[in-house]
Amino acid sequence: MKYDIILAGVGGQGVLSVSGIIASSAMKEGLFVKQSEVHGMSQRGGAVLANLRLADAPIASDLIPLGCASLILSMEPLESLRYLRYLSTDGAVITSTNPVVNIPDYPELDGLLDHIRSLPSARLVDGEKLARAAGSARATNMVMVGAASHRLPVKVETLEHYIQTTFAAKGEKVVETNLKAFRAGREAAA
Amino acid sequence: MTDLVLLGDEAVALGAIHAGLTAAYAYPGTPATEILEYLLRHEKTFGGPHAAWCTNEKTAYEAALGVSFAGRRTMASMKHVGLNVAADPFMNSAIVSINGGLVVVVADDPGMHSSQNEQDSRYYADFARIVCLEPANQQEAYDMTREAFDLSERFKIPVLIRLVTRLAHSRAVVRVRDARPQNPVGRAPVPSSWILLPANARRQWHSLLERQPQFLEWSENGAFNHLRLNEERRDLGVITTGIARNYYLENLDELGYQPAHLHIGAYPVPVELVRRLLGHVARILVLEEGYPYVERMVRGIVASDVEFLGRESGAVPPDGELTPDIVRRALGLHERHGQEIPGLSLPSRPPQLCTGCPHADSFDAIKQAIAGFETPVVTSDIGCYTLGALPPYSAVESCVCMGASVGMARGAAEAGLQPALALIGDSTFLHSGITPLLDAVAANTDMTLIILDNETTAMTGGQPTILPPSRIEKLVLGLGVDPAHCHVITAHHRHTDQNREVIRKEVEYPGLSVIIAVRECIETLRTKKRA
Repeated sequence: MKYDIILAGVGGQGVLSVSGIIASSAMKEGLFVKQSEVHGMSQRGGAVLANLRLADAPIASDLIPLGCASLILSMEPLESLRYLRYLSTDGAVITSTNPVVNIPDYPELDGLLDHIRSLPSARLVDGEKLARAAGSARATNMVMVGAASHRLPVKVETLEHYIQTTFAAKGEKVVETNLKAFRAGREAAA
Repeated sequence: MTDLVLLGDEAVALGAIHAGLTAAYAYPGTPATEILEYLLRHEKTFGGPHAAWCTNEKTAYEAALGVSFAGRRTMASMKHVGLNVAADPFMNSAIVSINGGLVVVVADDPGMHSSQNEQDSRYYADFARIVCLEPANQQEAYDMTREAFDLSERFKIPVLIRLVTRLAHSRAVVRVRDARPQNPVGRAPVPSSWILLPANARRQWHSLLERQPQFLEWSENGAFNHLRLNEERRDLGVITTGIARNYYLENLDELGYQPAHLHIGAYPVPVELVRRLLGHVARILVLEEGYPYVERMVRGIVASDVEFLGRESGAVPPDGELTPDIVRRALGLHERHGQEIPGLSLPSRPPQLCTGCPHADSFDAIKQAIAGFETPVVTSDIGCYTLGALPPYSAVESCVCMGASVGMARGAAEAGLQPALALIGDSTFLHSGITPLLDAVAANTDMTLIILDNETTAMTGGQPTILPPSRIEKLVLGLGVDPAHCHVITAHHRHTDQNREVIRKEVEYPGLSVIIAVRECIETLRTKKRA
């Protein structure tokens, strides 16, 4: 079994937390994991990409080859289309529909969402709305983990366990918000 | 034995701790920053070993040298261009007889994700005539770091560990072993081996050259370099170094056979293993991250029957980072394709200053202050404010190396570009801006230095600066800058009008001025509030 995930978003959207939670869950369930991250300059409001590779045998490359990813999980619609060349022909895009408009030439949103819908397998989720309902717009990334949870090769309980672990230091309320966001995302993509 | 999930950088840090590290020093720089950050967290939790940020890579390296002098194990870590700054102590530390193990970890940035060049640190190890280790994965990063300390003490040389971005910033499981205790304090047995007066230096240099065959013998017989020949297939041989092996293995199944393969994880280049491979195959593909270092050395300039494929032949692009797909093409495998939406072109999203960044307000005031001058020049430096080169600011005209803004503004002013302004951050100023400012003081150069003081090292994640911000003004005055032309302003848009006037007045003053624009980085402020 091999499951390669491209995680996309904009600096500050919590892409690394998403990567960390899925990676920890996969390791807990006995999978091999390689998790390549972006640190430094590009984190400043730029496009952020993380490569997460899960497999039941040792993984050689930290980077996902072209056409091999099973999933693009994106926190932002424009970013969900940036790495399509890495997505296998039967791979899926799961993205939040909420744009981060911090560039002057950001495309018209409806057209962008139509492009995403035109893909063989795409799931659009209003991540921000669900996160707000759960208690904080900052939990959009956990909505997206929830939306992806149907496809990830790890158990829901394990993902929830690592959401708890990840946010435990920030207090019970933050943990609750993020778990609610996760469950809302899972339901929305059911 | 315990399994831990570690970044390549963290695996190096923990390897050093388990090797009996006494003290480590560094200046922040992507992709090496997380090495010392791990050591700092470890020290906070466990009380040691000692870890400290330094003014720059040179001072970090020299502090490490002192630890080695005292017989204890030490590490200096830096990004690749940081070794340029530390090159003086680095080169000369190869000549002394290293006492306590000294490991220098250098993280190269092929593809220039966060750097101004993609220089390859293996050349530095060769230049200094020392041993270099190049891990291919997180486990090797841990194991090689442990071994590097032993090698340093065995050969009495500093040992260089070369990382690259993709290993430094990628996580995987690492199996760690029991820690070795620290060395006791003990001076070098031959005191003159650390006094590089010419007579001693000649003896020491000769001794280093005499030890070269030992390094080679170790490299050829050690566990980090291995050759596997394939008697059935003599058409293609592959040399991989460091993480290039990962991309090779990723594609190997599809190749349908196993070419003869030499992997190099330790330098000097294992000459005998290369010769055996050369004698076995008709073509050699060299896969290495960074410069064609092994490729050029192995091909040499003497005509050979063997055909060489690599960065110089065009089989691999001459620049940029390797990927599994570049290696795939070089192996002659068909290209893979993913999904695409025909005709769709997406705007790029470059990094940019955060909303509310004090630098943005400084750029506004500066642009207004120099509006109307015919030949103004604004040099800049390494930090978040380099993003001021991009729209909507387009406020600066240079970014070369740490501290260059100050010296370049002086030169540009003396060459006739006026007014000349230099923009530098507080951490970069302390790293390399003080000495060129001293030059400008001595010459009373007609230029204006603006220190953008956001009270942190922002670009690398908000490490503390070496001096509290309040001391920068005293430092500047202490260098001899005229107090009448040294100002502290608040970098906030509420103050843009008065800041513009201060800058304008000093730009018009025909001599040296320094303006310190202070406001805390919005990111570190936010982090503090959350904590």
